[in-house]
Amino acid sequence: MSAEPVEAGAGRWAPDPGAAPWYRMVLSQALFEVRTVLGHGEQLLLTAILPALFLVVLTTTDVFTLPLAQGQDRIDLIAPGVLALAVLSSAFTGPAIATGFDRRAGALRLLATTPLGRGGLLAGKVLGVVFVQVVQVVLLAGLALALGWRPPPAGLALAVVPFVAGTAAFTALAMLVAGTLRTEAVLAGANLLWVLMAIGGGVLIPSGARWLPSAALGDGLRAAVDLEVGTVGLCTAVLTAWAVAFTAAALRWFRWH
Amino acid sequence: MSTACVELDRVSLSFGSTPVLRELSWRAPAGRITAVLGPNGAGKTTTMLICEGLLRADAGQVRVLGLDPQHDGAALRPRVGVMIQDGGLPVMANARALLDHVSRLYARPRDPGDLARLLGIDGFARTSVRRLSGGQRQRLALALALVGRPELVFLDEPTAGLDAHGREVVWDLIRQLRDDGTSVVLSTHLMEEAEALADQVVIIDRGRVVAAGEPQHLAGAAGHPARWDGPAQEVTLRGRLDPAALGAVRALAQEHDLQVSTGRGLREVFLDLTRQEES
Repeated sequence: MSAEPVEAGAGRWAPDPGAAPWYRMVLSQALFEVRTVLGHGEQLLLTAILPALFLVVLTTTDVFTLPLAQGQDRIDLIAPGVLALAVLSSAFTGPAIATGFDRRAGALRLLATTPLGRGGLLAGKVLGVVFVQVVQVVLLAGLALALGWRPPPAGLALAVVPFVAGTAAFTALAMLVAGTLRTEAVLAGANLLWVLMAIGGGVLIPSGARWLPSAALGDGLRAAVDLEVGTVGLCTAVLTAWAVAFTAAALRWFRWH
Repeated sequence: MSTACVELDRVSLSFGSTPVLRELSWRAPAGRITAVLGPNGAGKTTTMLICEGLLRADAGQVRVLGLDPQHDGAALRPRVGVMIQDGGLPVMANARALLDHVSRLYARPRDPGDLARLLGIDGFARTSVRRLSGGQRQRLALALALVGRPELVFLDEPTAGLDAHGREVVWDLIRQLRDDGTSVVLSTHLMEEAEALADQVVIIDRGRVVAAGEPQHLAGAAGHPARWDGPAQEVTLRGRLDPAALGAVRALAQEHDLQVSTGRGLREVFLDLTRQEES
């Protein structure tokens, strides 16, 4: 530590308080979250590397038998499923683990005492999830296009609806888990849930259990690129209901420290 | 009476059936350093959390810069810097990125580079918070509390984990903050810290204020032997002085440009008061 003398009365430490504009605070928090996720090896693995690996392996090899419809290419089934998996990583696993550790360290309390406040902190976290998802979509959709995926543009536009609803549901679930469980349980539970939902929860391949948020997300994205508007509506309704339930529970039971 | 930056009036709080604060009342004058002193578990941190708006009292009234921390948080947060116990730092971030981020939450922040240099953060700027030592975390937490140019700072055990040199630097910094017009409320269980820094001391034990006042007055008010030191002579007054008598002695001394110091320091007063509470 420097022992640099500070001139008495020079006014170097004179108060001049004030908050930055709200949008700038939330944007800064969002970019801070993005840097934290992308700079953390384990998070990067779940957010980008494993989904990309699933996309390449499941599309280019026939190691796993897929429930393909007649004439359906593997990439048409896998690409929307991998995007659903990416939502699971960016909206659930990453924020749950990061928020759980921040809560244990007291960082949520500290940031809540800054002009950002609790509302701004949550808004920044949600915007950070969106930014990470932009990176994911560019990376994974680009990779899928390179592997021969040719979804109709209208289908991609329709896919935004369950994508957003799924993001809301899983971000709320992340806050519920991170705000109520011990940090070790959050770490284990978030990773375990990611694996269970990826494999058996209807994310990568259809499971039939559309009432599950994971299956509703996977089925909703697959239905969107097939332009099945009715199924998209049903899945979005399921995801919205989960989002409302998880948000209500998080508001009720979330502990900041 | 000087303007108060913090006022607590009969504040009580229980965790379950355990009372933590019992009708706690004290005030911190604006532009001064107020030390909240007490043994472990006395309720210092709980009091700070209530002042910071992070805990709600069961009863009583709290005013910080004239505002209610629970209801006026949005107006209060930009004006108050907070250093919470154990740092409260996001463990997955690196030190300088965190300081830069927090500086962007304020309208006219201090230069993070300047703060990092002054507090020796440069040496571990790119290190992840989870890999920092306790002292490094303390310095980073202090920088975060100061970066927004607050008019009031709450510092919860600001020198815990620092070596003697680091403690001196932080003490100098806190005095400088006060001299430049920032109000400081710090909690500590270190008597020497309170004696070295505080203009005003509030001693808390078991959730109650057991004494409050200027350190030298507290030492005198406890009815201890006093010593009267002049520039060219020293007069020892033997016997016990009650606060009224000590006040009269002080007034007389002031007329003759002499200083009065009591024979016992804050440490003894603190130990006496908290020991009385135990018995």
